[in-house]
Amino acid sequence: MTSIDVRGLTKRYGPRTVVDDLTFTVPAGQVTGFLGPNGAGKSTTMRMIMSLAAPSGGSVTIGGRRYRDLPVPLTEVGALLDAGAVHGARTAQDHLLALAASNGLPRRRVGEVLARTGMDGVARRRAGEFSLGMRQRLGIAATLLGDPRVLIFDEPVNGLDPEGIRWIRDFMRSLAREGRAVLVSSHLMSEMAQTADHLVVIGRGRLIADTTMSEFMRANGEGTVLVRTDEPDAFALRLSAAGATVREGPESSLVVSGMTAAQIGKLAAYHDVALSELAPRRPRWRTPSWS
Amino acid sequence: MITRPAFTDTLHSEWIKFRSLRSTWLTLGGLVVVGLGLPLLSADPAAQGYLTGTIEEQQDWDPTNGSLLMFFIAQLVIGVLGILVVTSEHATGLMQTSLSATPRRHRLLGAKVAVVAAVSLVAGQALAFPAFLIGQAGFAAAGVPHATLADPRALSAVVGCGLYLAVIALLAVALGALIRATAGALATLVGIVLLVPVLDGMFPPWLDGLLDVWPTLGGAAVIATVPDPDYPQPWLHFAGMSAGILALLVVAFVLFERRDV
Repeated sequence: MTSIDVRGLTKRYGPRTVVDDLTFTVPAGQVTGFLGPNGAGKSTTMRMIMSLAAPSGGSVTIGGRRYRDLPVPLTEVGALLDAGAVHGARTAQDHLLALAASNGLPRRRVGEVLARTGMDGVARRRAGEFSLGMRQRLGIAATLLGDPRVLIFDEPVNGLDPEGIRWIRDFMRSLAREGRAVLVSSHLMSEMAQTADHLVVIGRGRLIADTTMSEFMRANGEGTVLVRTDEPDAFALRLSAAGATVREGPESSLVVSGMTAAQIGKLAAYHDVALSELAPRRPRWRTPSWS
Repeated sequence: MITRPAFTDTLHSEWIKFRSLRSTWLTLGGLVVVGLGLPLLSADPAAQGYLTGTIEEQQDWDPTNGSLLMFFIAQLVIGVLGILVVTSEHATGLMQTSLSATPRRHRLLGAKVAVVAAVSLVAGQALAFPAFLIGQAGFAAAGVPHATLADPRALSAVVGCGLYLAVIALLAVALGALIRATAGALATLVGIVLLVPVLDGMFPPWLDGLLDVWPTLGGAAVIATVPDPDYPQPWLHFAGMSAGILALLVVAFVLFERRDV
């Protein structure tokens, strides 16, 4: 079964570490959401998957092989990293024809993918005249040329109108239903919730979570409270005893679910525990600066 | 099942890209305008220069070279073609898509070089011969000595002019791949083929060896029938220029293979 294997992947630009020891797997038959704020290293990771950028450390393989070593790449991986990545003066048809020719794919594939993405009517128009949504579809058509088992999309719904967004969501779901491995990145949790089965969350290049969508929602959804205190271990026991679920949060904070902030405050007062922070927690990816 | 793509598939893909852009045909059209328009316009002024010139100037009169001076401008136009084949893909981001389809990078750049080489070889000759004929017709009409292809070294100069343009086109591909930005690559090309020759004489003597094979200078000495004492072996100078450009292409291949896109 073809899947993407990322092992200890690291990318440094000078002193900056953009992707830091990332390990995860993108299995077949699922939409794997790749979530993180802008600048978290999602695009860099995807470019390393595609052998467009060289890792500083670690490895990434597709079905056990490096992308560079795939004999007929378009038949194994289809990737849309940037919808703008077409020459505006070239027609949709010529763009796809050149790609198909490079992998020795039959010419008829161009017509087939144009039809599947609903672009057959504009095949002879220049890509520069297309709306963002149409360019997005052209990019998706290109990913399907070789009927690949693995698909990679970088922020595919960015800038699309609601209808375009819905179309892309449905499309990805249908690709996964066909047994393909689909990796799709976004900086919006709400978007991931609509499409992904599995979630890989990164922040500042590091892996934050690698879990199923439902598990992630349970652990990080509304209703968790971030608690910070000088004696986290002792207070965690108190909270558990009071019926809450407690996880370790970042920087020795506690992430509490099953109790409201008010209840936790009262519990702390009762046990004479000084809290330095008590914050009903919105999901990490939805801090105001992100959205 | 689909078999592993061959180099001809990459070549086919690059040819589709090349021919499917209007800018390709506009640039080639511009090449024709420059290549045929300049000899047409300059024949008469050049002839007047001969008629009013001194005996020495008349002895140096080279009608073949006079009809082929369009190479001076044509090399920039054909250079634009060579540069854009690489840089237009960087500018639009298409390079990512191209390298996803053809991750063996040397093969992609190789196909680009091959397409530009083939087109510019044909375009160079298709330009040089008519330019020569137009120029000679103009000189004949003005009543000054003119050349025919049967004259000593005339054919060599005309063929040399076409080849020179082709080699400059490859220099442009190399610059495009090295610099990756259209403006930067074009500015560099202008610097190489126009500015450095203008500043000839300002360089220290130890650079003479380089200037002997420099484009527009020694490298272009083949486009003449009257020997230039500075460049006694025109084809040797041309070979030197070609070797230098080949070396630059090798560097371009190495960097193209290594750099992140």
